[in-house]
Amino acid sequence: MDRTKIDLWVGVFVALGAAALLGLAMKVGNLTSNKIGETYSVSASFENIGGLKPNAPVKSAGVVVGRVADISFDAKTYEAVVTIKIDKRYQFPKDTFANIYTAGLLGEQYIGLEAGGEDDVLKTGDKISQTQDAIVLEKMISQFLYNKASETDKDKSAAPAATEPAKEKSTELGDAPF
Amino acid sequence: MINIIINMVSRLLRGIGSRMITRVWRLGAGARLFMLAIVYSGESFRRFHLTLREVYFTGVMSLLIIIVSAFFVGMVLALQGYNTLQKYGSSEAIGVLVALALVRELGPVVTALLFAGRAGTAITAEIGLMKTTEQLSAMEMMAVNPIARVVAPRFWAGVISMPILAALFSMVGVLGGYLVAVPLIGVDEGAFWSQMQANVDVRADIINGVIKSVVFGVACTMIALFEGFDAPPTAEGVSHATTRTVVISSLTVLGLDFVLTSFMLVV
Repeated sequence: MDRTKIDLWVGVFVALGAAALLGLAMKVGNLTSNKIGETYSVSASFENIGGLKPNAPVKSAGVVVGRVADISFDAKTYEAVVTIKIDKRYQFPKDTFANIYTAGLLGEQYIGLEAGGEDDVLKTGDKISQTQDAIVLEKMISQFLYNKASETDKDKSAAPAATEPAKEKSTELGDAPF
Repeated sequence: MINIIINMVSRLLRGIGSRMITRVWRLGAGARLFMLAIVYSGESFRRFHLTLREVYFTGVMSLLIIIVSAFFVGMVLALQGYNTLQKYGSSEAIGVLVALALVRELGPVVTALLFAGRAGTAITAEIGLMKTTEQLSAMEMMAVNPIARVVAPRFWAGVISMPILAALFSMVGVLGGYLVAVPLIGVDEGAFWSQMQANVDVRADIINGVIKSVVFGVACTMIALFEGFDAPPTAEGVSHATTRTVVISSLTVLGLDFVLTSFMLVV
């Protein structure tokens, strides 16, 4: 095999390797935030964002309409400020509601937008005022346990009284949780 | 009677001792060859076409086996991963699973194992045969240093080829996983890539994978070179040396992988 041909093939080989590394960095890794065409960015404050991460999808009616661009902490209000980029094709009213949802039981968290009814639309730099925090399982469980405990305490105090109210309590317990 | 027992025990002990000494001697000789290859590597860069030729034989010729196996490894990973993830309702995480498994572990390790089988054996057999046919002695007679002329270019070619092959393996594997997960199974394409990008870190995962593959490249090539250089100059000796190359390279790669991973995960 003559030398120029070997050089050519080695060149192709090295170029392929460089392309693969570049592809890994760009497409697999998080070197670039993937762009969704022209976007406008709005912000929203949450008291708790749970496990929301940059680059998480922003969905409306289940359709991805944007991405989370940045997450920061506001030291004055002690809230998380989430900047999201929304595709220019989709316009949302000013009174849009932003929730943090979880995909499946253990899936990643994303922001769900529920459109309001106002005529004015969100523009770059606007702030979504109506937000709902991520659900923290520990909080819910502790709340539930606390409710339970207070109910049983009431039961105990009500027990020496009559039998009638006790029956009422038992039906109340039946549909109490959540 | 007692004499016989003492004889047996001493023979056993001597056997163990001589095996140990041989192993340690081989380790030392291998390390010396490694040092010599580094010291005399000037020529393999000054006359770079020597190294390029070896990159062609070890790297370019390994492309087919690497790409085809990467493709299938990626596809199998996606199938198996989906099967389990889907039970927990998080089949979108399939992209993360495939990418992390390939970039962190399977890319460098499987590439090194294939490299040992495809290129390492070729190096050992070639050098062993050069020694058997006294080409190496002939070089020395002509005042050509066989380490500078034969060993160093092959060493650098292996070190250059391995990271390139590993990067290709990971990329093609991810594409294979994508092909199974998205068009075949029907996982959402956006979630596949966005979850992957959110969870694969360039420095912690991709760069560490490249570092691993460079280390494996040094280890595999050096073992192949040493086995060839050390082979007894007979047909049987060369064949044994070739077998040993594959066995020792594979074990070394797997052992090194554990050590490197434990370093990388702690830091």
